[in-house]
Amino acid sequence: MKKLAALSVILTCLALLAAPVAQAQERSGPLRIILDNPTIEPMPVALPQFIAETPNARDYAESISRVIASDLIGTGLFREIPRNSFIQQVTSFDSPVQYADWRAINSQALLTGAVSLDSSGRLVLKFRLFDVFAGKQLGEGLQFGGPATSWRRMAHKVADAVYARITGETGYFDSRVVFVAESGPKNNRRKRIAIMDYDGANVQYLTDASSIVIAPRFSPNGDRILYTSYDTGFPQVTVLDVSNARGRQLDMPAKTMSFAPRFSPDGRTIVFSLTEGGNTDIFRMDVNGGSMARLTSTPAIETAPSFSPDGRQIVFESDRSGSQQLYIMPVGGGEAKRISFGQGRYGTPVWSPRGDLIAFTKQNNGRFHIGVMRTDGSGERLLTASFLDEGPTWSPNGRVIMFTRESQGADGAPALYSVDISGRNLRRVPIDGAASDPSWSPLLP
Amino acid sequence: MTHLKKAALLVALLAVSACTNPDRFGNGDGGGPGGIESAELGSPGDPTSPAYFQQTIGDRVLFAVDESTLSPEARSILSEQAIWLLDNRDYNAVIEGHADEQGTREYNLALGARRASAVQQFLIAQGVSPDRLQTVTYGKERPLEVCSAESCYAKNRRAVTVITAGGIS
Repeated sequence: MKKLAALSVILTCLALLAAPVAQAQERSGPLRIILDNPTIEPMPVALPQFIAETPNARDYAESISRVIASDLIGTGLFREIPRNSFIQQVTSFDSPVQYADWRAINSQALLTGAVSLDSSGRLVLKFRLFDVFAGKQLGEGLQFGGPATSWRRMAHKVADAVYARITGETGYFDSRVVFVAESGPKNNRRKRIAIMDYDGANVQYLTDASSIVIAPRFSPNGDRILYTSYDTGFPQVTVLDVSNARGRQLDMPAKTMSFAPRFSPDGRTIVFSLTEGGNTDIFRMDVNGGSMARLTSTPAIETAPSFSPDGRQIVFESDRSGSQQLYIMPVGGGEAKRISFGQGRYGTPVWSPRGDLIAFTKQNNGRFHIGVMRTDGSGERLLTASFLDEGPTWSPNGRVIMFTRESQGADGAPALYSVDISGRNLRRVPIDGAASDPSWSPLLP
Repeated sequence: MTHLKKAALLVALLAVSACTNPDRFGNGDGGGPGGIESAELGSPGDPTSPAYFQQTIGDRVLFAVDESTLSPEARSILSEQAIWLLDNRDYNAVIEGHADEQGTREYNLALGARRASAVQQFLIAQGVSPDRLQTVTYGKERPLEVCSAESCYAKNRRAVTVITAGGIS
């Protein structure tokens, strides 16, 4: 098994002095995208290539600029103004901004930056964001420093800062996704646990394809992954340490099968499904071993449990009413309240990190949908529709959902897609090869 | 079951599947055509052979959409399976439950387990010792047929009784 480079990269960050102001002009409101606004027009932004302040940083400057633009434009919230229409050419990080030149091309925001690389291989990346129509800098300039090998993470951090300043909400670009990389024909699929940057870059494999693996899930701080493995020939919950890719099957009672595990928000306990004598119920246990608590006890199928962010409740699916529906119960088990009442079947509920919504898979009239509803079941909205969509996972800020979309037919294969919780901006995550069962990490430190 | 016994069973499982069922861990549950070494299986004409169980009696039963109840045809096949298992006590069985692709991954795992269990319970009711029967669910992970139509789905919604080397309780 391949050893992983340590995930955490120590990045330093410091505020820069404000840029010299060429001219200041007031305008009515601040530069702001309101994410809950139902009709967002992409904001035109100018993203001139970052300046290479040392000659050996030229490639980094170009790649970093490209990743930042890809992050921002990929949200669907921004539109990049072509560089060939720029009037002012940004040739130095500290040259005064000619706001009129950027207003003339209707740029709402301007992002400038610079990259330098010292002899020890340390990369320094700095940026400033400008509100063009207000004629002033938006927030302070920031600087990130770290090993050159983490240039991509630094770029994501710049994009996260820009996103946060313009939307008022935390970004999600400096994050990773664990998923199942698939290969081979439909009747002979090979599956491996893999991890990648949220945008599909830097794919690394954590298991070989010797046994079936299903539905990996990150721990709350991203250091461990829970998944279901057929290593023993039977499905069993396994926990894997990301730093050394070492897996450990959790002790389960004899003659049982276990699957659909998820961590609690504190990362200490897990919930999962255990099948005994053909009946599947939900259990909770300490991830380091210890006693197991039964949370449901019905002859129905109870599976896909997911904690609320405060750790007090669990949303899950059950067919106790005759078809798959969503229920919420207290974390210790006990009476469950049904929350889904629409047409069709509901499964794989996942609580949003903001706590406000539950994402789910819905099957209705032979089609699959990814949808969201409030935690009381109201406000159901379907975000997608296809032959087979399933298994939503939330971006760290609760604004975007990634999921599996499988194409139809003998040559059908799964791919990862993402969609805004508004239903806008459906995109395929660019990965070589087939992929399924994504789980989004928290924002990296 | 102790880990040792489990390991022993798996070794036995792998050994048997390697000779009787070469694509067990390759092509779905190994029910695909070809590749079966009749020498290892025995002849389908020999009533004591796993080949007879697999091909003459039939090693699988099919289910309706989202169902785990046994149809009359399924009961008839399973009655024959039970008789064979009672007559051939050197062998044990692992019952694999499968689902078609119309369903979420987790639900289909649970559904496959229900199907395997339905078969297991039927065989036990016919007198086969519970110690000789294991169940495993594959959910929708191991489809036999690959088209996205009912003609394929019907064959994928199945429980397969895989004969394994016996002698382990």
